[in-house]
Amino acid sequence: MGQTITEKILSTHAGHDVKAGDLAIVNVDAAMASDTTAPLALKAFKEMGGVNPWNPEKTIFVIDHASPAPNERIANLHKQMREFAMSTDSILYDEGSGICHQIMVEEEHVKPGQLIIGADSHTVTYGALGAFSTGVGSTDLAAIMLTGKTWLKVPESIKIILNGKPNSGISAKDIILDVVGKIGLNGATYKTLEYSGSTLKYLTLGDRMTIANMAVEMGGKAGIFETSSLELPYNFEPVLPDSDAEYIKTVTIDVSSIRPKIAKPHSPDNICDIDDVIGTKIDMAFIGTCTNGRLEDLQLAASILKGKQLASGIRMLITPASRNILNQAMADGTMNILSEAGATFIPPGCGPCVGTHLGVPGNDEVILSTANRNFPGRMGNPNSHIYLASPAVVAASALSGVITDPASIGHVETRKKVNK
Amino acid sequence: MTGRVHLYDIDNIDTDRIIPGKYTKTLNVSTFADHCLEDLDSDFKTKVQQGDILVGGWNFGCGSSREQAPIALKVSGISVVIARSFSRIFYRNAINIGLPILEIPEHDISDGTHLHIEFESGKVVDGDTEYSSTPLPQIMIDILNAGGLVQYLKKNKAYNL
Ligand code: SF4
Repeated sequence: MGQTITEKILSTHAGHDVKAGDLAIVNVDAAMASDTTAPLALKAFKEMGGVNPWNPEKTIFVIDHASPAPNERIANLHKQMREFAMSTDSILYDEGSGICHQIMVEEEHVKPGQLIIGADSHTVTYGALGAFSTGVGSTDLAAIMLTGKTWLKVPESIKIILNGKPNSGISAKDIILDVVGKIGLNGATYKTLEYSGSTLKYLTLGDRMTIANMAVEMGGKAGIFETSSLELPYNFEPVLPDSDAEYIKTVTIDVSSIRPKIAKPHSPDNICDIDDVIGTKIDMAFIGTCTNGRLEDLQLAASILKGKQLASGIRMLITPASRNILNQAMADGTMNILSEAGATFIPPGCGPCVGTHLGVPGNDEVILSTANRNFPGRMGNPNSHIYLASPAVVAASALSGVITDPASIGHVETRKKVNK
Repeated sequence: MTGRVHLYDIDNIDTDRIIPGKYTKTLNVSTFADHCLEDLDSDFKTKVQQGDILVGGWNFGCGSSREQAPIALKVSGISVVIARSFSRIFYRNAINIGLPILEIPEHDISDGTHLHIEFESGKVVDGDTEYSSTPLPQIMIDILNAGGLVQYLKKNKAYNL
């Protein structure tokens, strides 16, 4: 019997063939923790008797969740991370560098076919490159820092076939919101989602990151793309499942028929077509996060907001996903356009996504966000209402003050084949 | 052991509701008890007593990877979490910090009742009714018996399947 991508990668890292359902001890190619999870991981690591991580060059810390530090307590946690990284020669990306997941990909800490574990649930994002990557808690991460290994149950896989060319104005976010609506918040628990299909030739690496990112919103252990028509700045072995691999379920999605999608409060699987909520008044628009804070997302927002002003009474927050993206968006004028339209910038990092600091909404306020989660209280106030959408929908809505279909204000964006 | 039930038979109780992100950034974990489940039930912290049992619905603990979620329940006094199903990261985290969890997909447990739990067999006795929970893999039993992953690795130095 052939192997899924998951079974292939886990077999390589276990050192023997494994199949869905097996328990395996696997070698880890890189371990990552953020400022939410690293302090507890360091504490557990020391309690386990750890002094130096098994491989400092593969031990990566990122200060992104509450950065720059909003208070003394968090400043001291950041300081601990810096001191540990310095004294052990492990890698640290300090405040302003960006969101951990964006950095892991930009700085090439992840390559196709690798196995990466991060102490953050959206570690699944690296499935965009054909890596098996998943999130764990702090103590599991400490154990990897100690041993270079972790144990896991080889997950069964759901095959998601994305077919067809997305219509003009339809983004990767609309595709993944559609998938989350179909699979449900619980529909992929303990399982991998493996993506293939003719749509892949229209999907950039950034698009694939947006889609892989939300595997965990379906309970998934990983969300992996096969690497067909993926272009990277280096050569790599293609990552593909065997043609006779066994999937517990196959879901085929006709991407050419997808309308812009919205996740309504208070769950990422509460999905509807934009048509059902057009005209809903919003108070705040937010573009950023590991789902949609990349250069192309900011550029898209700028193309909609160019020469215009936000609707009166609307706040718009923008958080570039990394310093690299910020620099490019400054160099090409994107930041100017957005600032002139009235947007407020937050330094690269998680920003308002997780409600730790900056951009906390008021009671009964409605936020339209490009993030991946809209659980009650997610942005720091349980009495606010978060809708999730694509950057184009968020920008168009910031312009009119109500949820707006970008096409209705003349926005056309045509997707070409991005890859050979 | 025997304990009193706090029933929240609600699906998808996520980690933001177990402990909001804004309170998680501290190593002083006893402070989590002040905010545990506050967005779900603001009375929880006054009702809960040491040794109580929390019973949740499907997909308990979904959302973030924060280990602060099971820690918050543990420092609040919860000795066991029972749910119809758990999200995978919460499941691992709970075992890793030594908080026993039991998956019982179908049950009729009510709020305030006292349950008797036999960990060896995974049996849960609710008056005249007896439920059996989904068995844990051996490695998780070993981690739980050691008192958590820190103690397990201190003792064994490496994972054993
Ligand atoms: S941007 Fe949001 S979802 Fe992504 S890692 Fe940061 S807090 Fe998590």
